[in-house]
Amino acid sequence: MSNRQLNSQLAYDKLFRYIFIISAVMVSFVIFSIIIFVSKQGLQTFQDISFWEFHTGTIWNPPVQFGAVPFIVGSVSVTLLAIALGGPLGLAGAIFMAKVAPPWVREIMRPATDLFVGIPSVVYGWVGLTVFLPIISKYTSGPGFGLFLAGVILAIMILPTVISISEDALRAVPKSLEAGSYALGATRWQTIYRVLIPASLPGLVTALILGMARAIGETMAVAMVIGNSPQLAGSLFGPTATLTTEIILSMGQTPFGSPWNNALFYMAFTLLMISLSMILLIKFVVNRRLVNEQ
Amino acid sequence: MNSNRLSNTVATVILWASGFFIVGLLVFFLAYILGQGFKVLSLDFVFGPASQGGVGPQLFNTFYILVLSLLYSVPIGVGAGIYLAEYAKPSRLTNLVRLSTECLATVPSIVLGLFGLIIFVNVLGLGFTILGGAAALALLNLPVLVRVTEEALRTVPHAHREGSLALGSTQWQTIRRVVLPSSILGLITGITLVSGRAIGEAAILVFTAGTSVSRHYPDFNPLVAGETLAVHLWYVRGEPLVANADAVAAGSAALLVLVVLFFNLAIGLPARIYQRRLRGSN
Repeated sequence: MSNRQLNSQLAYDKLFRYIFIISAVMVSFVIFSIIIFVSKQGLQTFQDISFWEFHTGTIWNPPVQFGAVPFIVGSVSVTLLAIALGGPLGLAGAIFMAKVAPPWVREIMRPATDLFVGIPSVVYGWVGLTVFLPIISKYTSGPGFGLFLAGVILAIMILPTVISISEDALRAVPKSLEAGSYALGATRWQTIYRVLIPASLPGLVTALILGMARAIGETMAVAMVIGNSPQLAGSLFGPTATLTTEIILSMGQTPFGSPWNNALFYMAFTLLMISLSMILLIKFVVNRRLVNEQ
Repeated sequence: MNSNRLSNTVATVILWASGFFIVGLLVFFLAYILGQGFKVLSLDFVFGPASQGGVGPQLFNTFYILVLSLLYSVPIGVGAGIYLAEYAKPSRLTNLVRLSTECLATVPSIVLGLFGLIIFVNVLGLGFTILGGAAALALLNLPVLVRVTEEALRTVPHAHREGSLALGSTQWQTIRRVVLPSSILGLITGITLVSGRAIGEAAILVFTAGTSVSRHYPDFNPLVAGETLAVHLWYVRGEPLVANADAVAAGSAALLVLVVLFFNLAIGLPARIYQRRLRGSN
């Protein structure tokens, strides 16, 4: 190889190294830009609206009253409902896939959970509207829109997240632990309950937290079924609204820079902070190594 | 002893029931969506313009925005993935990039939509455009692409790299001639995964690409508003003026799911099977 060819190869090597480093830095740049731009717009809210009113007021009647408590309570309630319904089912599904199901059943279930992810969120909302709504409406003799329906739809939507992450965690438990438990005469359920679940607990908790992160940020499906009434839900089946649904429904009707519009950006900033703190919680609290593997 | 055996049996029954319930739920969803949709789907509906009650322009915009968003996100996402898999040593920068990727992956899509609204509609003053929608959508794809690229490159055995480096090639030559060719199927699977999610995304696009379609069809101008199929399904539901909104919603839902299924089955599945065969023969 001539010297010139060699030099050009070395130059390419250096060039692409920089390209890859820049790409990686771009990802950090993007997340920082999102935080800066959304917070800058959102925090302007408090030039016109009292911080105290926004966080403690229960009446949302812009442009007069800006109490955002109904949305915050709405977001938290649907998320808790979703994880209460979808969490146990997802964990059971993951245990089934990882430890109980024969290989051919597993071969069916793995792509099936992938397909759950593939169904778009608007389609989940549409199924909720056309299938679940009439059923709930019939049994509660109300309109059917509300907290409970949103919780059910979200519970189904978070299933793939919960299942795939907790299944990975269960599979990562060393085989020797399982074998030791069986050798001591434990049944399969005792092994799952006493050995596998405690050993994979950080992974299982991560799965549940990520499921909740998905639920609290979900917009379209929730907006289609929750009833969108900016008040606290009177009951489990009462209509209410969440941070995401208020943003999607009011953004188009409010001029950019108005107090109401800024308040919507502040809601987005709140959602952003909630999801980022969930990631930090997972990274620095849940997944701290409890035992050093030898 | 007996109670242990009993609890084991009960647990086994419950776990099997959960497994079947989950699969049953999926089968029900797919059967319902496709069943309702096939009553509506026709060539006129799929390809025809809105004046004939069709969703042709929306379907076109869906793919157009998808392709543009991949043009933005694939180079950066794959580049960052290559950095993490091939170059990164444990350092502050590496930790920051990893943390950023995880954070970006959990940012709610509506927040990405509002970010796009600030940048493209308000700061750049473009209004609702296909270009802005695609760029905002690229942010959704980006973290997933980083992760799947890193995972795909990590499956390439270390010996392959060492062999190439021992022959005197540079690191870039090794990546281009050895690492990328043997992980290309993993990358393709990852891109189809990303595409499936992007096709169904609506929250990002409502305030970046808008809820109207161009009068021309097909319109390749990236600076006009472009409603996608998923946004259309959202929009007709709340709009009492759209003629036979129920039928349009049912048809759009089925079409969306069919497109996603097509991506998974026609591109994702063969790549996965081929990859497994490749591994098996080694």
